[in-house]
Amino acid sequence: MSRQNGKQGLATKARTHAADLMGRVWSGQFMESMLRPGSPFKKGYTDTPRNRSYVIMNNVLYHLHPVKVKRHGVKLSYTLCLGGMSFFLFILLTITGIFLMFYYAPTAERAYIDVQALSTDIAFGSLMRNMHRWGAHLMVLTVFLHMSRVFYHGAYKPPREFNWVVGVILLLLTLLLSFTGYLLPWDQLALWAVTVGTNMAGFVPVIGAQVKFALLGGVEVTAGTLLRWYVLHVLFLPFIIVIFLAVHFWRVRKDGGISGPL
Amino acid sequence: MPQIPEELLRRSAEAKAKALGLPVEQVLAEMRGEAPVTEMAAESVVVPAPKFVPTTPYQPVSEIPPDPPPPDPASAPPAAVTTVAEEEPAETPAAPTPTAEAPAAEAPPAAAAPEATDNGASGNGRLAAVVSVRPSAPPADLPEGVRHQRLLTVVKARAIQQVKADPTDKVNTWPHLMITEFTALLAMTAFLLVLSVILQAPLLEAANFNATPNPSKAPWYFLGLQEMLSYFDPQIAGVTVPTVIGIVGFMMIPYIDRNPSTRPSDRKLAIMLYTIFLTGSATLTILGVLFRGPGFNFAYPWVDGVFFDDLKDWVDFGGH
Repeated sequence: MSRQNGKQGLATKARTHAADLMGRVWSGQFMESMLRPGSPFKKGYTDTPRNRSYVIMNNVLYHLHPVKVKRHGVKLSYTLCLGGMSFFLFILLTITGIFLMFYYAPTAERAYIDVQALSTDIAFGSLMRNMHRWGAHLMVLTVFLHMSRVFYHGAYKPPREFNWVVGVILLLLTLLLSFTGYLLPWDQLALWAVTVGTNMAGFVPVIGAQVKFALLGGVEVTAGTLLRWYVLHVLFLPFIIVIFLAVHFWRVRKDGGISGPL
Repeated sequence: MPQIPEELLRRSAEAKAKALGLPVEQVLAEMRGEAPVTEMAAESVVVPAPKFVPTTPYQPVSEIPPDPPPPDPASAPPAAVTTVAEEEPAETPAAPTPTAEAPAAEAPPAAAAPEATDNGASGNGRLAAVVSVRPSAPPADLPEGVRHQRLLTVVKARAIQQVKADPTDKVNTWPHLMITEFTALLAMTAFLLVLSVILQAPLLEAANFNATPNPSKAPWYFLGLQEMLSYFDPQIAGVTVPTVIGIVGFMMIPYIDRNPSTRPSDRKLAIMLYTIFLTGSATLTILGVLFRGPGFNFAYPWVDGVFFDDLKDWVDFGGH
């Protein structure tokens, strides 16, 4: 009897100590400094209108969202989340893309072998490559559908005209990102799809040959093209698209938030 | 009075002397409070009557008006009142009266009555005055702790952005929007993960410059263009259509479509044109992806198979 009591006492004691420790960490200086006022993760958070505002306003999210949004814009059926999904896919593609960069060298000798090794030798390599490829196709699709949604809502009308222009540039950059990535596996599919694609650019009136030359870094697809497109794909185009994304999101808010209601 | 560094005092005295045409030493002496202030100095800094409204949003209210008063106190207040009246007739202050906090009872009407201040400046955001506190020695009849003010200019208190806030029905982003977005984000991640586990991304043989596959196809988003290339001259289909219509034309849509309405019933033409574009490009893309075989000739996917490597794992019509 007394042994049992002793055991219980110990368990209770341990639990109390654990709870006490958690409580101290949770309300200690570190958590206090990490979580800004109104954070729902903060101890003693209460669901009040004031705290609901603080969750956004006191947070990095304030760069994306205002504290309040129009009621119709919250409905899934209005935006279908297409713009948000495009951006989220861009983030996913960045993450998976960085993973792929660890195992890939953009040279004619190694590129194909490296991509092959991703499917055979490297843990999660196949999954990451698949996610990167299908995610890229999906992003082209969501960006295009997002544009169509915006058109059907007439959301490009004043004062949002310029943000539509930025959006078209973003679509163009998305296509370029996808197309430059297409060459990187350096297989027959990549080589000849890019050959066909850049041949089309060669038909540009007056400067066609020059455009094609600049794209390929020569008169036809070579190892130099591979390096060129790799740099464009992992560095230059992401850099440019992030700038335009920032402008795009900023203008959405500055032009009065979401459009509508119809 | 705070101690002003000598060189600053001298520099401002030089500027003032130049502006007023007075000797520097005299101005300097005035600034130091060693000599009486020249009447002219006070006048010259005041903006002519119709241009300013003698309301000062400057707080606290206990500060009393300038002494000597602004020039021409007889004409300035009416002009001022008129100006205010034009802006907000309903809130025109009555002839401003000195308040209890301003013990200098002989303050001119130009004095800032607190009501006028509130109505004119902060209440409607229409007017604000730039007021400077003159550091020179106060006349002897002023009570302890009371400072001079003088009106330098009056500026429109206008925001840098035009805020047209119509009352709209709004909800908190947290939790209403964030929940939807987070759910969509998780759903998309799950979808992409499942898709990537099931479907293998294509990888053909290593690139070979000497073996051209038949057919050679562009990525699917360019296949609509490639499809058009087989109907039209490349100068038209390959370039003019995508660059002129595709890029420039799309960017110019908001500047061409001047119809301000966003109601679908008001924009039938726009919706019709876009739908034609959408169905047209979808048709061309599907044709290019599925219905083009060797030599980019027409082929039926259920007879000849799918000639598009990205789709090889996806669809199988049993052909080939």
